[in-house]
Amino acid sequence: MTTIRTVGVCGAGGTMGAGIAIVAARGGFRTISYDTSAEALERAAKQTAGFFGKSVERGKLTSEERDAVLGRMERTTKIDDLAACDLVIEAVFEDLEIKRSLLRNLDGVCPDHTIFASNTSTLSITEIASGSTRPDKVVGMHFCLPAQLMKLIEMSPGLLTSEETFKTAWEWTEQCGQTPVKTQDKPGFILNALLVPFNNDAIRAVEAGVAAPGDIDKAIKTALGYKMGPLELIDLVGLDTQVRLCEAFYPITLDPRAAAPPLLRRMVAAGLLGRKTGRGFYTYDGATMFGA
Amino acid sequence: MRYAIVRGGESRSFPEGDPFLSSGSSIEDAEAVIHLGAAFVPDPGKSAILVELGTESLAVHTGEDADDAFANVVGFARYRNGDDPPSRLVELVRRPWTKDGAVEAARKVFENAGLEVVLCADQAGRIIDRLVRPKYNAALRLLDEGLATQADMDLTCRLGLGYPDGPIERVKRGGLAQHFEVTQALFETYGTPAYAPPRQAIVAARRERTGK
Repeated sequence: MTTIRTVGVCGAGGTMGAGIAIVAARGGFRTISYDTSAEALERAAKQTAGFFGKSVERGKLTSEERDAVLGRMERTTKIDDLAACDLVIEAVFEDLEIKRSLLRNLDGVCPDHTIFASNTSTLSITEIASGSTRPDKVVGMHFCLPAQLMKLIEMSPGLLTSEETFKTAWEWTEQCGQTPVKTQDKPGFILNALLVPFNNDAIRAVEAGVAAPGDIDKAIKTALGYKMGPLELIDLVGLDTQVRLCEAFYPITLDPRAAAPPLLRRMVAAGLLGRKTGRGFYTYDGATMFGA
Repeated sequence: MRYAIVRGGESRSFPEGDPFLSSGSSIEDAEAVIHLGAAFVPDPGKSAILVELGTESLAVHTGEDADDAFANVVGFARYRNGDDPPSRLVELVRRPWTKDGAVEAARKVFENAGLEVVLCADQAGRIIDRLVRPKYNAALRLLDEGLATQADMDLTCRLGLGYPDGPIERVKRGGLAQHFEVTQALFETYGTPAYAPPRQAIVAARRERTGK
């Protein structure tokens, strides 16, 4: 049984943070959502209420259970309100200095036993932990989008993370009904270390004239049983996001497969960002493929 | 689309007993001729001559430069992970000068048999091997480096990406010696480290060669 009772989520006004807060509250924990933007928190609260409303409609929760979960959720724009937290999970912007600075501030707010978990998908846990005076209390806890639906969590100890911290954080994820896997503190952990270069390879195949995007995605889905092809997936997450992932990985790994392909950069420069702009490797007002 | 099958050896695309093999007609009546595991004879009088490919390029059979005798020749491979049953995917391979009509005839032959067809240029690895083999290599290297256990790496891909199986369980099921054969061919062509056979595949190939 975990010793954690109260959980704070930093960056809870964002999509990922809001999802993590749902996981924590659904797991039975008092959950304090923290964000510097009151508007973002308000928006997330409405989305959370909508999510649980649908859960009731679909029979996954009773209305009493929904009320109980929502009753465990609080929100604040004051970091001092995280003083009672046993676990604080950060899901703020993917920037090393921002995360380090947040940990420095949390050091001054939270009690000594508090565990700090980072939801980073690309940065080193050890480097993030160097922002704290208690790096033994810092652990990687990477949720997948959408966090409220995806069970997987990549758990990574930094070089100085204590065994007790890792064990307590691990058990907490299990108590929330999640499925943790352990990875070393390496760029991209497991998921992105495999996915980002693979997606780049698919872009390079388009660029090299190997096949049209539709044929590449169809081949991957038919042969391997994937739900989405790599180019469909890039269109969904955004080509600009793929560039950012490449820029996070390549300087650290120097793996040529992790470098942003020239075609990707050209498409981003042209505003072809995928679904969100209506056009990427596909256009979304018809079935026409870009470059086909 | 009437097709004839010429079987000159073992076929990875259509192994013994595959129903596709029993639906062929005589070469004289066929609009398309499919050569399985065999050298082929050009026949410009047919709509398409289909040549089963392994790891080699179609140009090995047709030459690099345009040649009317080979303008109706289309390469193909049905994707198969090692000794798993063949998938429904057929990759068609064309040269720049392959006639569109030959490609369409080849497509019809396979689609009429209920298979899914994609078209690709004559580049090493076609679509699937070009994309998945570097990923398998990376997964095997990361496993060697202790990033995580095989079980956790495969579970991560299943849960996080919705894959039906993880990369390591898949490549091992297909056979690491076969992975060596494919990556060695890709590495010879591209020369980039991403395609270089990984340690575990090299070991598997050496053990197979020495009968262990």
